[in-house]
Amino acid sequence: MENRSFKGWLYLLPAIAFLGLFMIYPLVDVFVYSFEEGYNSASQRYFGIGLYNYSYVLHDPYFMQAVKNTFILVIITVPVSTILALLISVGLSQIKPLKELYQTVFFLPYVTNTLAVGLVFMILFKKTAYSDGLVNLLINWFGGKSVDFIDGPYWAKMFVLCFYTVWIVMPFKILILTSALASVNQDYYNAARVDGTSKGRIFRKITLPMISPMIFYLVITGFIGAFKAYSDAVALFGTDLNSAGMNTIVGYVYDMLYGNSGGYPSYASAAAIILFAIVLTITVINLSVSRRNVTYK
Amino acid sequence: MNTNQELTKIERSAAVKKTVRNVILYTLLTLWGLIVLFPFYWMILSSVKSYSAYNSEYIPKFYTLSPTLQNYIDAFTTVNLGRYFLNTFIYTIVTTGLMVIVIVLSAYAFARLQFKGRDFVFTLFLALMMIPNELVIITNFVTITNWGMRNTFQGLILPSVASVFYIYLLRENFAQVPDELYYAAKVDGTRDIKYLFKVMIPICRPTIITIIILKVIECWNSYVWPRLITDDSNYYLVSNGIQEIRENGFGRENIPAMMAAVVVISVPLIIIFLLFHKKIMEGVSRGGTKG
Repeated sequence: MENRSFKGWLYLLPAIAFLGLFMIYPLVDVFVYSFEEGYNSASQRYFGIGLYNYSYVLHDPYFMQAVKNTFILVIITVPVSTILALLISVGLSQIKPLKELYQTVFFLPYVTNTLAVGLVFMILFKKTAYSDGLVNLLINWFGGKSVDFIDGPYWAKMFVLCFYTVWIVMPFKILILTSALASVNQDYYNAARVDGTSKGRIFRKITLPMISPMIFYLVITGFIGAFKAYSDAVALFGTDLNSAGMNTIVGYVYDMLYGNSGGYPSYASAAAIILFAIVLTITVINLSVSRRNVTYK
Repeated sequence: MNTNQELTKIERSAAVKKTVRNVILYTLLTLWGLIVLFPFYWMILSSVKSYSAYNSEYIPKFYTLSPTLQNYIDAFTTVNLGRYFLNTFIYTIVTTGLMVIVIVLSAYAFARLQFKGRDFVFTLFLALMMIPNELVIITNFVTITNWGMRNTFQGLILPSVASVFYIYLLRENFAQVPDELYYAAKVDGTRDIKYLFKVMIPICRPTIITIIILKVIECWNSYVWPRLITDDSNYYLVSNGIQEIRENGFGRENIPAMMAAVVVISVPLIIIFLLFHKKIMEGVSRGGTKG
């Protein structure tokens, strides 16, 4: 027995070493950092233990801007992407020819490099001295006026960020919902059809309840993912997100840690823990809402 | 006679309805397909336009009559794209390789070996899946900096190796291999490590391949950690490279060359996707259902 135990731990050793060093220890350490007041990497000193870092972060206008941006992004992209993905998946489930081709194409953004494709979006939306850009051309065709989506007004920038975020998260949602729709037992549909139930009613009374666990799963993971938005914003607006006014909470954490305004792991830790608290709260709310509304088989 | 005519009428109107519905469906789906594909078309198109042609188009053209490969040459000569590529390649291969070793061993321990504390550790691992990366990256950054591993491959690779989720995924798969095989092998005196390599890994190869592909995609696209840990462009990965190119590369306005770099970076993943799209989609949806 002693020998077998030893063998088991030996097999686990690499995983435990990596996880212990790069996940469990940091997890404890981040809380320690967050209470070491005013610690910075340059002086390696802090002036006390307490909540100063949290109060500093919460009073930092850049952080509040980041919180505002992140919440707007979450509130817009999660419902839009989930509903759009639901519509597209239902559409996909209704067709036969070319279905696989459509599915494959729709999944393509999942495997692309966020930073690289973000540049393409930037060019499509950007207005420069040489050209108004393609999107503005379309707007002009419909009689609108050109807007600089990348360096222009706040809402224009927010629109591009939301648009790109939706574009990026759609493949995953479509994939999950398509397979959820495919797994609904056909007998229910046949029974409803025999009874002459209308299509809309079938959708509301059978399809939606049957796939509701997956929808809620997507809403929950969607919230978590959107709260952690960062690289999409960098791709569109460059690394100096604060001056673009488009920073996100995660971006604030990294800026505090590294870069021009960096070197303050304790502020970064406090911000990261605040983010984690927000995400946890939202997830708990989501779960309790889902418990009331989701039909589990 | 009359009822027969009525019937054909009803049938015909049903057929018309169905056709109309299909036309609408395919139109809408195609529209989304265009939104998905258009950025790819635009980056390829822009990358083969010459610098002067691109900048003279105040109204962008949807085609070009004189494609050029000059931008691709620029992408590899003016900036260090080849270097970024090589770095990413090394990073991806080593990280994925190490990860496979680590997860295979621990998944085997969790699925097959019996020892005290196993279930406790497994529960602990599962709990770790909920920890967001943002929370641990701060200390990792400090650790790697203190170890003097900034701008090294060790610094890039080490914190990216372990993945609780893939351990879990593989353990589930290992657990499905019937116990009888194991006991039979034990009776024959087969050692655990041999059983793992001769039986478990071959049987579970599809899952392992799926995990490898997903990890390769993740490595190829990773941006945040490499950005924190490298400021020497000799160690940039493609994501950081493209950001560097965007901010200081060809001079901000040489968009065709920038797009050529974007195409070059995107192509490997698109090839992997075209080759393995079934496996990738299956893996992602399985991860999704279980995550």
